[in-house]
Amino acid sequence: MRYVDEFRDPELIMKASDEIRHLVDPGRHYRIMEVCGGHTHAIYRFGLKDILPENLELIHGPGCPVCVLPMGRIDDGLGIANEPNRIFTAFGDMMRVPGAHGSPLEHKARGIDVRIVYSPADALQLARKNPDKEVIFFAIGFETTAPSTALTLMAAEAERVDNFSVFCNHVTIVPAIRAILDSPDMRLDGFIGPGHVSTVIGCRPYEWIAKTEGKPVVTSGFEPLDLLQSIVMLLRQLQAGEARVENQYKRVVPWEGNRAALRAMAQVFELRPYFEWRGLGFISQSALRINDRFARWDSERRYPVPQTRVTDPKSAQCGEVLKGVLKPHQCKLFGKECTPEQPVGALMVSSEGSCAAFYNYQHRKSLVTEITAMA
Amino acid sequence: MCLAIPGRIVELIAGQNQVGVVEVAGVRRKVQLGLLSEDMPIAGDWVLIHVGFAMSKISEADAAEQMHLLSMLGEHEQAMEEVRGYGMENSSHSIAANDPVNTSGSQSVFRPPEN
Amino acid sequence: MSHGAGGKASRRLIEGLFAPLLLSGPKEQLNDAALIDIGGTSIAFTTDSFVVRPLRFPGGSIGELAVNGTVNDLAVSGARPGAMSVTFVLEEGLRSDILEFEVRAMSAALRRAGVVMVAGDTKVVERGKADGMYITTAGIGSPIPGIHVNARTVRPGDKVLLSGPIGDHGITILLARADLDLEAALTSDTRSVLPMVEAIAASAGPGLRWMRDPTRGGVATALNELARDCGLGVELNEESIPMRDEVRGACELLGLDPLHIANEGQFLAVVSPEYAEIALNALLQTAGGQDACMIGEIREQPANTVIVNTRYRGTRVIDMLVGDPLPRIC
Repeated sequence: MRYVDEFRDPELIMKASDEIRHLVDPGRHYRIMEVCGGHTHAIYRFGLKDILPENLELIHGPGCPVCVLPMGRIDDGLGIANEPNRIFTAFGDMMRVPGAHGSPLEHKARGIDVRIVYSPADALQLARKNPDKEVIFFAIGFETTAPSTALTLMAAEAERVDNFSVFCNHVTIVPAIRAILDSPDMRLDGFIGPGHVSTVIGCRPYEWIAKTEGKPVVTSGFEPLDLLQSIVMLLRQLQAGEARVENQYKRVVPWEGNRAALRAMAQVFELRPYFEWRGLGFISQSALRINDRFARWDSERRYPVPQTRVTDPKSAQCGEVLKGVLKPHQCKLFGKECTPEQPVGALMVSSEGSCAAFYNYQHRKSLVTEITAMA
Repeated sequence: MCLAIPGRIVELIAGQNQVGVVEVAGVRRKVQLGLLSEDMPIAGDWVLIHVGFAMSKISEADAAEQMHLLSMLGEHEQAMEEVRGYGMENSSHSIAANDPVNTSGSQSVFRPPEN
Repeated sequence: MSHGAGGKASRRLIEGLFAPLLLSGPKEQLNDAALIDIGGTSIAFTTDSFVVRPLRFPGGSIGELAVNGTVNDLAVSGARPGAMSVTFVLEEGLRSDILEFEVRAMSAALRRAGVVMVAGDTKVVERGKADGMYITTAGIGSPIPGIHVNARTVRPGDKVLLSGPIGDHGITILLARADLDLEAALTSDTRSVLPMVEAIAASAGPGLRWMRDPTRGGVATALNELARDCGLGVELNEESIPMRDEVRGACELLGLDPLHIANEGQFLAVVSPEYAEIALNALLQTAGGQDACMIGEIREQPANTVIVNTRYRGTRVIDMLVGDPLPRIC
């Protein structure tokens, strides 16, 4: 696969890994956060931790839109669909995320028409094909996905597809990063910046991290070579005592972002004054809602929505893991009450959530290391 | 929000506003091109696809430059190793591309250290 | 639904409810077929039901799956299929030409597999049930002489062989459902694996330890079951696992792991190191086995675990499937 395989070249990976070992100061412990859940997933999938030096620690950030979605929103969304002739559509990622009364798939087993879509455009198409039904699209994602929802709403308006609405849970990445940096428990040396969010918002929105907080940021691609090269770039800055924003993912990320995408978002959405993030609490100006022009396609205005709030069990330490304060296995419930099969928190449900990634790729290996060490 | 895949535009669908067909390793899918309205791709262009929408054109030049940089990793270190081998590491001189060649006729490109 | 997907939930249902109450005989291993003794003769016996939407897909249809599925369960248990029975549960209003197509497809598959159908039954249920039709087949066969497959005979150092590229069937079905609007020139790999099993048995019988067809839940689930049953570790090399470009492309697009995708015409075999090359060559020379390869080996540690070596000295653990494989966008 072009533009994928070259960035997985084993020889170049070893070269990059050697360069990293060469650059690290053996007396220093590096803490680098990758913000984006997709980066977390890639790090585990490609076994990158195995080829990084011991004193370079990767901390998983909160850039996982499924993980930060409060459970109550799922209940509200499914509640809307719990009427005859309504179809609930969402990405596959959402299907096993539990609300207070079960996940979308569990609701499907109870008779609600729940369907997986790959694209918001597919949900709109479903509405066109089923004029006697009302289709609700449960929208999630950061700024990567929001423009696609925006264009879909614009198409619904242009074609007057009235049996379609969006239950909007889009969130923005910068406030999440701010929340991390404001956290007193957090000490970080630099950031592997979001890759695909940056194709939309560009690299400028991260400049305050470098200028005000003095931490370097490198926006990174998702292949192993991208991540390793980004770490090389971060280490070079740290070595030289610099703090700048650099763009490793040049082949895809324009420094100024995607104007058409930003315009589409501005036409359709406005910022909510505040929004609840699971694990991080209420953050102001951090989420999008549909504006007045598109009100008739806004599920929250079309249907009564109880604004369900569900609190996580006190024992679940999702917030601290989300902020990178705790490692997944340090949460009291990890691997016992909370497993990918029976997730308590969203970090275990989403395949890019740190707990699920850790469990699937790392946990069993470390259990094994314990057993072999004891043997 | 990060799963996005490079694919090649194989067809632009006539009559449908800004819709094309993209191919990834032999798999084809319709893709919405509205987010690239300021710089519409044509058949043969490579784009990054996320949830059925093309997010960005892929720059072949930038990809090639990146591969070049990656293949050069460690090579500056090799050059330094060579220099150390000549005992030049404590010299106040650094090697520049247009240093004058030694006029005595030997092929050395390094200036001898000043004593 | 996840209870039928072939992964962890299925296993819990079988081990937790069915096995204790319904099954007799040794319960530590749940194999593809049971070996029973009837009046002094050893007979292999298996059953399977087939539920697929759409009924017809590139490369095959439910009828063919129903025949090949049971033939393969017997074959990978080390038995030569002899006879089968079939039951149909038909949805009221199912068009007769659709039914006829499936019956013809089954007839052709039986002929290709060299198996006879000796008994059957049909029931009709109300419109809206049965997705058109459900088919259940049961099969009996006689053990192939000279081989004895059992997870407990597997030893560290044994090699893991795979008969061909993974993911064709599962991705073909996913694409055929048209929900995801993907197109590719892919066809289901449904076929009888009996000729390949016979080839291995004839050439490397004494070294053949274990076989399984990785259907629902994919290679990952089948090998996790092996790891659990033999108490050892399975180490795979990612680079050596064959798959078609289109399977790879679809999996990358949808965020699926090819190791969890169903296959209907492949099988895994564990062979002792002395016989591994011989077995592989036998497969390569059998019609349909040209893509066979060695994909890994059995190790002492990590026990009960399947690990995959990535191409650059990283490793990751792969687990059984939990529920159905779901596309993701994150």
